[in-house]
Amino acid sequence: MLPILEMRDITKTFPGVKALTDVNLSVLPAEIHAVVGENGAGKSTLMKVLSGVYPAGTYDGAIHFDGVERKFGTIADSENSGIIIIHQELALVPLLSIAENIFLGHETATNGIINWFETFARTKELLKKVGLNEHPNTLITNIGTGKQQLVEIAKALNKKVKLLILDEPTSSLNETDSNALLALLKEFKAQGISSILITHKLNEVLKVADRITVLRDGMTVDTLDTHTAKVSEDRIIKAMVGRELTDRFPPRAAKIGEPIFEVRNWSVYHPLHAEKQMIKGVDLIARKGEVVGIAGLMGSGRTEFAMSVFGGAYGQKITGEVLIHGKPADVSTIPRAMAAGLAYVTEDRKTYGLVLIDHIKHNVTLANLEGVSSYAVVDESAELKVANKYRKELGIRSSGVFQTTVNLSGGNQQKVVLSKWLFSGPDVLILDEPTRGIDVGAKYEIYGIINRLAEEGKAIIVISSEMQELLGISDRIYVMNEGRFVAEMPAKEATQEKIMRAIMKSWEG
Amino acid sequence: MTDTAVHSQTRNDMLRFVKSNIRDYALLLSLLVIMIFFQVTTDGTLFKPVNMTNLILQNSYIVIMALGMLLIIVAGHIDLSVGSVSGFVGAVAAVMMVPWKMDPFVTMLACLALGAAIGGAQGYFVAYHRIPAFIVTLAGMLIFKGLALTVLGGASVGPFPREFQLLSSGYVPDVFNITFMGGPFNLLALIIGAVVTATIIYFNIKERREQQAHGLAEEPHIIYLGRNVLIAGAFLGFTFLMARYKGLPNVLIVMFALIALFVFLTTRTTFGRRVYAMGGNEKAAKLSGINTERMTLMIFVIMGALAALAGLVFAARLNVATPKAGAGFELEVIAACFIGGAAVTGGVGKIIGAVIGAFIIGVMNNGMSIMGIGIDYQFVIKGAVLMLAVFLDVYYKNKAA
Repeated sequence: MLPILEMRDITKTFPGVKALTDVNLSVLPAEIHAVVGENGAGKSTLMKVLSGVYPAGTYDGAIHFDGVERKFGTIADSENSGIIIIHQELALVPLLSIAENIFLGHETATNGIINWFETFARTKELLKKVGLNEHPNTLITNIGTGKQQLVEIAKALNKKVKLLILDEPTSSLNETDSNALLALLKEFKAQGISSILITHKLNEVLKVADRITVLRDGMTVDTLDTHTAKVSEDRIIKAMVGRELTDRFPPRAAKIGEPIFEVRNWSVYHPLHAEKQMIKGVDLIARKGEVVGIAGLMGSGRTEFAMSVFGGAYGQKITGEVLIHGKPADVSTIPRAMAAGLAYVTEDRKTYGLVLIDHIKHNVTLANLEGVSSYAVVDESAELKVANKYRKELGIRSSGVFQTTVNLSGGNQQKVVLSKWLFSGPDVLILDEPTRGIDVGAKYEIYGIINRLAEEGKAIIVISSEMQELLGISDRIYVMNEGRFVAEMPAKEATQEKIMRAIMKSWEG
Repeated sequence: MTDTAVHSQTRNDMLRFVKSNIRDYALLLSLLVIMIFFQVTTDGTLFKPVNMTNLILQNSYIVIMALGMLLIIVAGHIDLSVGSVSGFVGAVAAVMMVPWKMDPFVTMLACLALGAAIGGAQGYFVAYHRIPAFIVTLAGMLIFKGLALTVLGGASVGPFPREFQLLSSGYVPDVFNITFMGGPFNLLALIIGAVVTATIIYFNIKERREQQAHGLAEEPHIIYLGRNVLIAGAFLGFTFLMARYKGLPNVLIVMFALIALFVFLTTRTTFGRRVYAMGGNEKAAKLSGINTERMTLMIFVIMGALAALAGLVFAARLNVATPKAGAGFELEVIAACFIGGAAVTGGVGKIIGAVIGAFIIGVMNNGMSIMGIGIDYQFVIKGAVLMLAVFLDVYYKNKAA
């Protein structure tokens, strides 16, 4: 069978850096092809070459698609020939409807006047194909991320897609939505549409991919066929990092002390809809040196719970009690929560964690400027020492502490955010999705940091959608669903099935 | 390594440094070029001591307001009301001093407080009710324009007591009374200039030492030296010119003190750091425990007080408060900040940039007036310069990225 896409010897050089070196990628018709690799391995660059973001002539090598050599000058060129890329950050207009978004730029119109009946009818058809049961007039902002992803795919289908490229499609989806999305890819495959799936989630790769191309340092290091050979996650990881990761979680000997953080009967209402209760009487205890996991599906209220505890950063009509070291603590504003010893590391480091236009040094001290100043005057050399200390301790890979954070990789950005909160000197650290979108190697480092902090006697609360991660690093796990804790179990006794069963049962009950 | 190798090495370092700091140098260079251009086209009038003094007096209120406006813009907001507020405060001061015969110093303090209160009121709606500053201050612009008319009853009020006039038309008195180059020469002015120069150089050397101690001195030695020589030359030359006229105007001292204060505030204090963080990413700043609402309120209070001061300076200079005072100031002030490199999106901008921006506009106003260019064309030219400055800024930023 002839491949539908063949990229041969692609080399792409940026000033001073060779991003891709003789990369080969071939995708067969009706195939799901996974492209994996650590952050910075060249996956995104390769896709930008393919989709015409980097026009022909700015790279070496050849692209054959659908039997013809292609020289795409713009994204429109590649889209016209049937290559559609769906980016991690969705390109939808939040205050326009589903139908308007799907037909944006390709409106069904005569002489500039939109035919709303046809738009409506075709939107319904497309939504049916992707299995999305929403009204075409619903605004994008009113549907969840999972559904938004489906709208993006419907949009792609409308453009007569032959090759669908998905960049980290499930990184912000819960398990159910992820599975639905993967099932959809399989359905497309049955209809003859090929897909390229770029993801960090190897279990998903093994579920759906026919073949896997592994990139490392801008080179193709392996192409694995899941039908001819038995491919395991470890096998892929080995190819990705170039070494065997015998253990994906660092070993840890927990020394758990007395409770230092307690939340009692915590209730929160939606910030805009005052009648909608988001958190319904949650009780939580975290002990000294303990890593407590909170498992749950997307939208179960984990982030809302954490942010409402952290100085009421989410919600309204917040009631309940917080005790730190056994004494009632005032956490009604963020500065007060911080003074009480809390720190919250956000799940969205670009929007809520970093001042991206500023450098590492300024970001590290932002939450504790008092710590490097006297009489409100910043001591620059003290600040420099602090920044350098965290850069070294947490292994932030950068040209120095004056590097702008927007230029750092996801893992290093996360370390900067962590540094900021460590420097604020908290007793209780709440980490919300601490390893989202970062590569295997950096994840391992983050786990190591979490262990170290626990050993220092802090209480750590980890919110994560990756259950394996929670099982691997926590001492105790709470399961959250629909604003309640529905189960609590020691991590040793916990399994993915047990957690899922607890969630299912809470729905039935 | 041979000599030529060393030589090309330092040349490379220098090129790289200039490239990465092109924005700052380009700004200063533009001001120099514009000054030389007008010096030539006005047959040497621009640098005459009397004209230099005028230039300072004419621009002081724009510079004073640009300091506050820079904070506002860095924080991600805008203030369209500063012109009207300064006009209104000038009118209130006039009414207090002329018909009510109140003490000028009491009046000035009351007026600064009034300005701060006006800024606070506007800042309150921006900070705590999240109404865009553009709308709040647009409303303020109309309200205070109207109130200025009401307070003055549509007429001009003046003249003012002598003590008040001194704010703008007074000079630091001479103590030496010497003659130089066939005229009176204010030696004190030159001495103050020398002291200020020495202070600046001292701080530059101290900073350089600290940088070297941490291995962070990126600026090549020759540029560092050149920069300091240039600063010294400019300051001494400038005070020399001023000394040959009447000496240093009081308002110049006020202006320089404020510039120094705001440079310190933005670069060295936690307050300044938080303003930049807030403008760079408000959500992240808030989640880092920064009380962004209070910060926003404070910035508007500062802006209001500075607008009031500018209004007083302007009224004192004309020796009369008119209903039209302050009209259009906001545009020059905002233009000064953007010419000086501030970003509309917030988080970026320097006090020195805004000051240089204000002087670029000031020198253009002054030079074009001397040349006899009509007010109509002056607007066109100033608009074109603003557009060009921001375009070049954006163009080189994109190219660098």
